[in-house]
Amino acid sequence: MSQAQLEIQAIAVVVSVACALPGVFLVLRRMAMLSDAISHAILVGIVVAFFLTRDLGSPFLVLGAALTGVLTVTLVELIFKTRLLKEDASIGIVFPLLFSIGVILVSRFASHIHLDTDAVLLGELAFATFDRFYLFGIDVGPKSLWIMSGILFLNIVFISLFFKELKLSTFDSGLAATLGLAPATIHYSLMGLVSITTVGAFDAVGSILVVALMIIPPATAYLLTSRLSLLIGLSVGIGMASAISGYWVAHALDASIAGSMATMTGILFGLALLFSPGRGLVSIARRRASQRIEFSVQMLTVHLSQHIGTPEEREETELSHLQDHFRWTPAFSSKIIQSATRKKVVRILEDRLVLTSEGETMAKTAMMR
Amino acid sequence: MGDFFLFDYTLRTVALGSAILGIVSGSLGAFAVLRKQSLLGDAISHAALPGIAIAFLLTGSKSPLVLLIGAGVAGWIATTNVLIIVRNTRIKEDAALGIVLSAFFGFGIVLLTFIQRLPDANQSGLDKFLFGQAATLLQEDIIVMAALGIPAILLMVLFWKELKMSSFDAEFAASLGFPIRTIEIILTILLVIAIVIGLQTVGVVLMSAMLVAPAAAARQWTDRLGIMVFLAALFGAFSGITGALLSSSIERLPTGPTIVVIISAIVLVSLLFAPNRGIIWTWLRQRTGRRHLREQAVLEDLYILSMQHEDPYHVHPRAVLRTMAIGHGGVDRSLEELEARGLAKRVVGWAITPHGIEEAKKIAASMGNSNTGEEQS
Repeated sequence: MSQAQLEIQAIAVVVSVACALPGVFLVLRRMAMLSDAISHAILVGIVVAFFLTRDLGSPFLVLGAALTGVLTVTLVELIFKTRLLKEDASIGIVFPLLFSIGVILVSRFASHIHLDTDAVLLGELAFATFDRFYLFGIDVGPKSLWIMSGILFLNIVFISLFFKELKLSTFDSGLAATLGLAPATIHYSLMGLVSITTVGAFDAVGSILVVALMIIPPATAYLLTSRLSLLIGLSVGIGMASAISGYWVAHALDASIAGSMATMTGILFGLALLFSPGRGLVSIARRRASQRIEFSVQMLTVHLSQHIGTPEEREETELSHLQDHFRWTPAFSSKIIQSATRKKVVRILEDRLVLTSEGETMAKTAMMR
Repeated sequence: MGDFFLFDYTLRTVALGSAILGIVSGSLGAFAVLRKQSLLGDAISHAALPGIAIAFLLTGSKSPLVLLIGAGVAGWIATTNVLIIVRNTRIKEDAALGIVLSAFFGFGIVLLTFIQRLPDANQSGLDKFLFGQAATLLQEDIIVMAALGIPAILLMVLFWKELKMSSFDAEFAASLGFPIRTIEIILTILLVIAIVIGLQTVGVVLMSAMLVAPAAAARQWTDRLGIMVFLAALFGAFSGITGALLSSSIERLPTGPTIVVIISAIVLVSLLFAPNRGIIWTWLRQRTGRRHLREQAVLEDLYILSMQHEDPYHVHPRAVLRTMAIGHGGVDRSLEELEARGLAKRVVGWAITPHGIEEAKKIAASMGNSNTGEEQS
């Protein structure tokens, strides 16, 4: 691995961790689409701030963009509060407009700015290492690594300082307000933090894929755990894993790094969706299937117990009769019989089924319910 | 200008294509907005990108039909994924949309950059699907757009009653025996078609605005679904045509963003000026209402004062009325207005008129028995 590769991966990891941290709260607060809106809208802030400062590395750029982010949220809330439009429609109108203005400005004045529409969408992670940061004339690494590390540090400080406030206002904003924890202040600070993180990540991964890094790792972790602290830890881990694996996929395909990172977050999410213990689709399907079998076995014991000592007992307990009676497919009925004999609730006697004493108890309890 | 349109083939094609796009996305978007599915359109349109790329990789063709079918299939898969996530996990719809949108889009970007670096192939031109490029519309594209759009509109008309019912009161519709699930599937298919039609002109990134904005603007002008859909189609077509023509004739003006800026301006005007619902209208109505209430209050004060004197038309200094009006103010103005209506009279101070007493009694009666004036009468 070359120095550049190592540095790109370091930036990717720092970006994804910095994004995952505020992302956890966005997912929990049901504001995921607001981050989509912010990440689109800050483009205007970046372009306008650039026109004013003429320097892409200027800290005012970050400030301007962060302000645009907060402005977007305020604008959405303003329109929503007139009750003329629903919240989803307000979001759906505000950010395409701001993004459009940004894209038009970029395309019209592309020759003056070191920004083009591709960079807006894809970021320039591969080139991030060319822009070095010099401290007292010594090359101490890529500039964006330093910037993103700074933002990551800010996120860590904010979340650890206001962990209690964030937690309470996320899960019970009414209680937080009564206790004087100012949920509105927390809300706007979080939005500001999201904006700053988005601006920082924008350079590296572009505006749309920031959303992937913010939303998907926390959502994946949310499929795996319910504890907030664990949720944050897992989100960070998943973010890092998708950053590194994404880099190598992009390397192999010679494709966009940011796109691959987003794809990897998607794949990890898909895996969690399918295989999460207890909550995944597979275990849901398993649970449903086993409940179905369990219920069918109970039905079988009830059926058998109803016919004990009756004239039609012989006919009703024949193996071949079950398919007709319950309308089970042959495969399903043999599965049920297998399960029932394994549980020792029935015995097979030649071509008939006989209830054991356990079976009788099962039938009784099933009917008592 | 008219001749210019008729004879310039490119501009005519562009205008026609944008008109189809605007009409289809505008009218179908109305349902998306009413059903609070505005952001689903965003997810579907972003998700179309990998569909386009895969369709190209599989067939090597850039024919609009092939690419748009790819986009449609991907959009459909994306919608299904959102539904699976929302129905089976505790992840809420907003996060589900964000996940599907960004993961699909990221995958699309991977494929797009992968295709761009393929050695041979006529790969260039797929990236026009990002921000749209109306100038590249050909007659072939228009035919495909019309072939998708006209049946979509017809389906909407055919299922009008069902769509209307299920958009406003799905439970009631279900209780009447409408197949809600089927209607929802039909609507989602229509939504996917509307998005797919606009991809080449507006691009995947901004296509959702073409669904949301025309409908959001149209909603402000009317309470009737039929008129709303018609207006949305009109707004969509207008912004589509204007934006596409502007971007085709001005260099380095991307089509999608231009159309979005125009339709957003229409939304802004609608939010501000639409009669009845509009912000300015509401503000004026509230102001008139407040002024009217203040006048009533001053008249009632005068009435109460007159009840406390032998002569009901006793003159009271303005300062007394001002003191009584603490909390709402505007006494001078209200008095002048009352005088103009013949309910009060200026005689050094102010006095109520016989007409004013009648009016005050009426107001008091309409306010209920607990009112002071009523008790004293």
